[in-house]
Amino acid sequence: MLQVVDLWVSVEGKQVLKGVDFSMGFGDVCVLFGPNGAGKTSFMMSLMGFPKYKVDQGKIYFKGEDITNKDIYERAKMGIGLSFQRPPTVGGVSLERLINLLSKKNGISDEEVESILESLKIKDHIKRSINDGFSGGEMKRSEILQLMLQKPEFVLIDEPESGVDMENIALVGHAINHLLGKDKVRSPKRGALIITHTGYILDYVNADKGYIFINGRIICSGNPRDMLNEIKRNGYKGCQVCQ
Amino acid sequence: MPISESRLSEIRSLANAARDKKASLGPDIDLEKFKEFVQRNRVENLSSLNSQVREAAIMSGMDIAEEVRSGSFVQLNHSVIYESLNKKYKDQLQIMSTDDAVEKFDFIEDYFWRIVKPDQDKYTAAVALNPTHGYFMRVFANQHVEYPLQACLLVDENNISQNVHNIIIVEEGASLNVITGCSLSKSDAYGIHLGISEFYVKRGGSLTFTMIHNWADNFDVRPRTGVYLEEGAKYVNNYILLKPVKSIQSAPNVYLAGENAVVQFNNVIYGLGNSYIDLGSKMYLDAPNTRAESIARTIAADRSIIYSRGDMIARTKEACMAHLDCRGIVFSKEATMYAIPALVSEGSVKALLSHEASIGPISQEQVEYLMSRGIEKDDAVSLITTGFLNLNIPYIPAFIENKIRDIINATAKEAL
Repeated sequence: MLQVVDLWVSVEGKQVLKGVDFSMGFGDVCVLFGPNGAGKTSFMMSLMGFPKYKVDQGKIYFKGEDITNKDIYERAKMGIGLSFQRPPTVGGVSLERLINLLSKKNGISDEEVESILESLKIKDHIKRSINDGFSGGEMKRSEILQLMLQKPEFVLIDEPESGVDMENIALVGHAINHLLGKDKVRSPKRGALIITHTGYILDYVNADKGYIFINGRIICSGNPRDMLNEIKRNGYKGCQVCQ
Repeated sequence: MPISESRLSEIRSLANAARDKKASLGPDIDLEKFKEFVQRNRVENLSSLNSQVREAAIMSGMDIAEEVRSGSFVQLNHSVIYESLNKKYKDQLQIMSTDDAVEKFDFIEDYFWRIVKPDQDKYTAAVALNPTHGYFMRVFANQHVEYPLQACLLVDENNISQNVHNIIIVEEGASLNVITGCSLSKSDAYGIHLGISEFYVKRGGSLTFTMIHNWADNFDVRPRTGVYLEEGAKYVNNYILLKPVKSIQSAPNVYLAGENAVVQFNNVIYGLGNSYIDLGSKMYLDAPNTRAESIARTIAADRSIIYSRGDMIARTKEACMAHLDCRGIVFSKEATMYAIPALVSEGSVKALLSHEASIGPISQEQVEYLMSRGIEKDDAVSLITTGFLNLNIPYIPAFIENKIRDIINATAKEAL
């Protein structure tokens, strides 16, 4: 589904990715670990095509097609979605308006929208401007809601636990599981790449593979739970030694 | 005539002295150019307006069917062509031309040229000396009218000066919603609209006044407005300008004279073509616990020049509060925008006055965020800009939003 070959990316002249090689298959769920400033979010933003992230070298392929030079909209249209760690506020545009736009665009019935709103417990917020005054948990629920309406084939989820209390982590975790189609046998399975610091999300989402990202590169891969345990024990210093 | 001859003479004398007095703001206009006097016949109902005039009225927010309006007033050039009051509301309010009100009511002298001075400048003087109607509205004490009153001031001829004088009185404890539009049914018309408006909201009363302006490239506009608020009175002013205008300059004076009086201004201004737009407000906080807020959302496109002003002047020695929120986007490299907030405290030691003014581009971050949801760039820009201009003004017809979207689609390309 996704293949990244020797990707070098800079932001305002600063090299943030330094030769990333990465691939994942249809329906795979992978987790990215790494210390702050390692380049994980830059990697996601580069995959989504944000112009600030300038590709200096390398290629990104999605479903076999070279998307390195495609813009954000084209990538979204091809089936890539992103849950932002800190999404911007869009003043004056209600969440309800965006819901209507996305559901209409993607053929989602009113009943289905209603059911999604119920499950995410976000109905009370839809009259508000997008992300305006939302708490951490509300923001994440709004992000998952938008992805559910967008129906991407592959989702990038940047720190779903950050700024979220324990109660909301369970809600967000279950919602992500539902989004990925992991909670129903017959649901179409979506692939996902998830950045996590705490690993709480692994209590809800069964990840296939973990990767450690340090200094703009992927330095190792393995079983995500084993990796998390290792990080909890020794931090990322162990990873640097192992490398 | 209920207004005494001495008072009329005083008004004329003041106006005569100010015939050539230039306004302090805005380009000076030679009023001698506009000499035509054009009258039109009355119509039986709004549906019988000719198609161009009807279209112009609709674009100014008029409900032609009058289903969700309590009454209507339409003036075309120098004639009042339609007045109606839904029978259901006849014990609650009055609507008629100001000339009729001047003939009819003894009390009118107390409201006639009291909070707008005839000698403010040459434009007020012109209206005082040569008035051509305008509307009078009054809602009786403790009456709450279900639907808005609507008024439309139209021009469909060249070379005229439409000199209207409007008076609205909201009696104690009453509330009223007014939707007014000023419009041209001839897009290449040249002329001037001079509008004097005096609004009085008495103790505990509430007035929501929404004005939609639809002018054109060759038309000048000089409204002069005064609003007087008694104790506990509330005034909400919504103003929408979405079409080009040769020049418009206006800064209503709002006097918060009674304790706990509240005022809010919401301005949505879209500068198009070669428009020269100078709009603002002056709010005088003269009584304890008065509150004033002014919000402006402004876009400058094409070669427009926009001044967005707001003056908050605290004069009470007791606590009062005022806030200005003035934001703009410049879409075109040939457009100019000035945001000029002013906070003044005249020994008002307990006043809390604040402002936030900004001029900036459309947020790239917001555009990219929406694009990542599968929304095309142009649609994302349109959505964000519509949102920027969205001040949730009630009773605004849905087409206004569509109109905003159309204009944005036509002008926003340069913005990113």
